[in-house]
Amino acid sequence: MDASRLPGFLLRRLLKSALVIVAIAICNFLLIHAAPGDPASVIAGQSGSADPQFMEQLRHQFGLDRPLHVQLGIYLRDVLTLDLGFSHRQQMPVATLILDRLPATLLLTGAAFLLAVSGGVALGALAARRAGTWADSAITALALTFYATPLFWVGLMLVLLFSVQLEWLPSFGMSDPGLDLHGPALWWDVAQHLVLPALTLGLFYLAVYARLTRATMLEVADQDFVKTARAKGVPEGRILRAHILRNALLPVITFAGIQAGQLIGGSILVETVFAWPGIGRLAFDALLARDYAVLLGVFFCTSVMVIVLNLATDLLYAVVDPRVEVTG
Amino acid sequence: MSLLEVSGLTVALPPGGDRPNAVEGIDLTLDAGEILCVVGESGSGKSMTANATMRLLAPGLAVRSGSIRFDGRDLLRLPEEEMRRLRGARLAMIFQEPMTALNPLMRVGDQIAEALRVHGAGNDAARRVPELLEAVNLPDPRAIARSHPFRLSGGQRQRVMIAMALALEPALLIADEPTTALDVTTQKQILTLIREIQQRRGTGVMFITHDFGVVAEIADRVAVMQRGRIVEQGPAAQVLNRPEHPYTRALIAAVPQGHAAARPARSVSTETILQLSGVRKTYHRAGGWFGKGVAVPAVADADLVLHRGETLGVVGESGSGKSTLARCVIRLVTPEQGEILFGGTDLRPLSRNAWMPYRRQIQMVFQDPFASLNPRRTVGEAIAEGPITHGVPRDTALAKARELLSLVQLPPEAMNRYPHEFSGGQRQRIGIARALAMEPQLLIADEPVSALDVSVQAQVLALLTDLRERLGLTMLFITHDLRVAAEICDRVAVMQRGRIVEQGPTEQVFRSPRHPYTKALLDSVPGRGWVPPVAHGIDLAKSE
Repeated sequence: MDASRLPGFLLRRLLKSALVIVAIAICNFLLIHAAPGDPASVIAGQSGSADPQFMEQLRHQFGLDRPLHVQLGIYLRDVLTLDLGFSHRQQMPVATLILDRLPATLLLTGAAFLLAVSGGVALGALAARRAGTWADSAITALALTFYATPLFWVGLMLVLLFSVQLEWLPSFGMSDPGLDLHGPALWWDVAQHLVLPALTLGLFYLAVYARLTRATMLEVADQDFVKTARAKGVPEGRILRAHILRNALLPVITFAGIQAGQLIGGSILVETVFAWPGIGRLAFDALLARDYAVLLGVFFCTSVMVIVLNLATDLLYAVVDPRVEVTG
Repeated sequence: MSLLEVSGLTVALPPGGDRPNAVEGIDLTLDAGEILCVVGESGSGKSMTANATMRLLAPGLAVRSGSIRFDGRDLLRLPEEEMRRLRGARLAMIFQEPMTALNPLMRVGDQIAEALRVHGAGNDAARRVPELLEAVNLPDPRAIARSHPFRLSGGQRQRVMIAMALALEPALLIADEPTTALDVTTQKQILTLIREIQQRRGTGVMFITHDFGVVAEIADRVAVMQRGRIVEQGPAAQVLNRPEHPYTRALIAAVPQGHAAARPARSVSTETILQLSGVRKTYHRAGGWFGKGVAVPAVADADLVLHRGETLGVVGESGSGKSTLARCVIRLVTPEQGEILFGGTDLRPLSRNAWMPYRRQIQMVFQDPFASLNPRRTVGEAIAEGPITHGVPRDTALAKARELLSLVQLPPEAMNRYPHEFSGGQRQRIGIARALAMEPQLLIADEPVSALDVSVQAQVLALLTDLRERLGLTMLFITHDLRVAAEICDRVAVMQRGRIVEQGPTEQVFRSPRHPYTKALLDSVPGRGWVPPVAHGIDLAKSE
């Protein structure tokens, strides 16, 4: 990659990203308002009095009685000033709610991502190196199993095995609420709680990476430059690392960019199954309560994350593969 | 003692191959400071011999017997680790495809340095790498060392490969078709470079090639291979000028001679079939939302005229725009400017529908006989498909297809077989039959013989010449090979960077070229100083 073109590229991409984010914000807003029910009806329903006057009052208080385009205008203005609004239900600013939950989600998705990429590439490389042996068959079979099994089922089975039967690992939550832990002890506790949800979230992608890495490594191993390396006397280990693996990782990076976005979506399910206190749970609860402000806040936040991740992938790709030019 | 002594080498093919052994009973010797050309057609086992010497045979191929003695030691009996230490240090190899033979993600300097480092000479890398790049005549060695392979042209990459192979001053260099993928002018430079370095350092070179022109250019000694065996071996002058084995004679007789004058001029009508004037095609690389695109002129202001019954050759190197020009005529690409008059009608502005009648009058034969036939249709269907689409009854079209097969000298049984059952030359015959099925006024042949072995190439050229006489075909013949153009074309147009720089009767252009580029091209034809002996009474088809 030509380093001198980087600032211009970043500027153009950020400009585009800003436009995309505004478009997403509009879509989110319209989608949510297209769904039946609103926060007033839910609150009225829960308080047991569906008095039209009370609902009118609530709607007025939340600003829901104004025309839709006016509401949209207010929402966009707020978003552009990075004000995510106020949750009337939880009586807290949305930004505070999200920032409170975001680290948990980042920890979970980050752990799942690292597990999937490192485990998948390692297994795939091993399978490719020993192609045709029992190790290859075992890895391929394992990968196929993970690939074909639904996420929630894997989660439940892991809980059954490791929590219920073996009692090795906790099955829900992020830390043990009964203990007042600090420092390393707290980290250890969180790490233990992290294992099962991260595995559940990461296993599918681990399988994808293993298969992808194996296939591309075998393909690259047949290419001419590998023979060139052999002809100049490069030892096999170095051929594998410096020549084959590095080229085989290119498609993995492409896929990792896609996965990073999907992980955040996948985390809603896993956070619900494992009662993990992240923004996925937050969004799910907000949806049931028709808590528009929180829901929109979560949507907005995840959209920004996906866009940032995509940009990071493109940059990484350009760094790894010199043939890619940063344009657009 | 010779530098390299191969004796009785036999390499087995996996069971189910077309013959039990890839190579059988190979005996070769190579002295220091000598260039031995191993020449043969595809599948003759010449690359296999080279790979066996490097012990880089593909898995599944095993040496059955024989020995390869290098510096007195039998390479076939060395432990793997010792062999690895010899590779790159004492024995080096360069390959045919410079585009894929370098790691695309590594800077070329690092790749050369790697060759030094794995043999314990990494400390010198910073000094040696630019020196090596300079030794292979690359400009600005330091900048080249920092480049990734995709920045370099094919010829530059092949120079990098040579620099890498020579990094540790090996005693033996094996070059496996190192110039086959290169343009003729680049080929000449690379051949000169190999010769020069080899003489300076006294390296022994085993040079694998299929091209007798290249052999004539570079060889001290020649070994001719056929179906896994060496059929003739000897000093270059002897093998080239007084070939003894019938196969060698047949091969040499098949080499297109590049002497236009040897052929009597044909009478051609003055009726114009095709006239191009000011044709221009520019390729645009799209920019992004905010970026600017790049415009590459592929064909610029091309003018040419083609008379009925005439064969016009369009010659040029890769990227000269000759294929784009052909594609403009048949509307596979749409030129943005100029007139393409076919029988008086300008084809360029016609709509898709208005074009339909011309589709059958202009037909094309493509370079790659493997890729241009649908693998899931029988040959009969492939040939009859065009006429049927244009409304000819199915039975009539199939009957016509059978006739055409005999016209291109294929048996009628070929009708119901699939393309993979045929050899490259046979497939190209099928491609010709498919084009002729439409009874075209104009046949465009885009490098029709470039993917074929020399003996097959001669047969297909003979077929085209014969058909041209019998059917009065008008041909636009695209080729990069001047020897082929000289063989078949009445007139030639030479293209360089999208422009036609010279055109005229073949004999005149070849004998007294006016444009410097044409001169350079003709000067680069390998083996131009060698006049192949006239072969008496040798029938190619029989000796095959």
